[in-house]
Amino acid sequence: MLASLIIVFREVLEAGLIIGIVLAATRGVLGRGRWVAAGVGAGVAGACGVAAFADVISDQLDGSGQELFNAAVLLTAVVMLAWHNAWMARHGREHAAEMRAVGRAVESGDRPPHALAVVVGAAVLREGAEVVLFLAGIVSAEGGGGASVALGALGGVALGAVAAFLVYRGLLTIATRHLFSVTSWMITLLAAGMAASAMHYLSQAGLVSFGEAELWDTSFLLSDGSALGQVLHILVGYTDRPTALQAGAWLAVVAGITLLTRLMRPQAPARPIAAE
Amino acid sequence: MRPWIAALAVAPLLLAGSALAADNEFTIVIKDHKFQPATLEVPAGQKLVLIVDNQDATAEEFESRDFKAEKIIGGGKSAKVNVAPLKPGTYKFFGEFNMDTAQGTLVAK
Repeated sequence: MLASLIIVFREVLEAGLIIGIVLAATRGVLGRGRWVAAGVGAGVAGACGVAAFADVISDQLDGSGQELFNAAVLLTAVVMLAWHNAWMARHGREHAAEMRAVGRAVESGDRPPHALAVVVGAAVLREGAEVVLFLAGIVSAEGGGGASVALGALGGVALGAVAAFLVYRGLLTIATRHLFSVTSWMITLLAAGMAASAMHYLSQAGLVSFGEAELWDTSFLLSDGSALGQVLHILVGYTDRPTALQAGAWLAVVAGITLLTRLMRPQAPARPIAAE
Repeated sequence: MRPWIAALAVAPLLLAGSALAADNEFTIVIKDHKFQPATLEVPAGQKLVLIVDNQDATAEEFESRDFKAEKIIGGGKSAKVNVAPLKPGTYKFFGEFNMDTAQGTLVAK
């Protein structure tokens, strides 16, 4: 039971942290609960589908289907996160102002919850498929031992939900006028980390074969297998042995989203900045 | 749908990638949730291809934090994991779904 609890928790944690951030980032947006729930629901359904067809997916493209699938899901999430931040840059100020004026019932258009629902769905999909395959393996191996495994798995999911809740509550202690700039940065770093992970999958699949040199090794300081290392890996893309390709992708996404939000911001500086 | 659109976009890179691989292939068998061999000597400084052959009926997640690998391998399936050139040293790997028994090491020389 403990083994299944730990594994399920580790997988669910990533989705949990992302959901917590998404909920904080969409604070006050009308209907966001429905969209986040839809993202979770679609992610769970998708995870079952991916698990059922895991072998089929893996066999695609000379055995690289699984890596390509993971990379594509991650990069889709990166695009959605960038879109959200761009949208918030354009509408966030009115949004925050209205929120103070009329409380939480803000009619703010429906774009950001849609984009973030995809992010939530993508996170649940990737992690959920692993959970389903793991549990299916245990149940088929143990035959009758399903009950204690199910209990462990439920415990793992519950702990993941607690993590989501704690992140959400923690972020809400930030004053409203700072909340959106904090969550915007968190979303930028989340996206950068996902892009770096996607590059790793492409390297592992042999789909890209450049930038594989290891830039540094900080595993003696903080292993990305440790609890703190794993949380930082999820939140900001920390990895103890990054490759040049991963670091490049990370920097490109941070720079890209920062630039995009600058450009989208209303009342842009009168003197246009010459694009590179 | 979206992932497959992205998949199509990335597909051309496949040709460039797979042409370079295929040199240093090593096979690791998973049986009874254990690796055979559990310790494998590989050349340092060269790209490696690990063929992980899962002979168990259940899926396993082949994972290494030391050489950064992560791949689910279905029951009775075998899968290919590309590893970037390693510096000399020892690198642990494990099966995440059966961590008690599925432990192994690459020794790069």
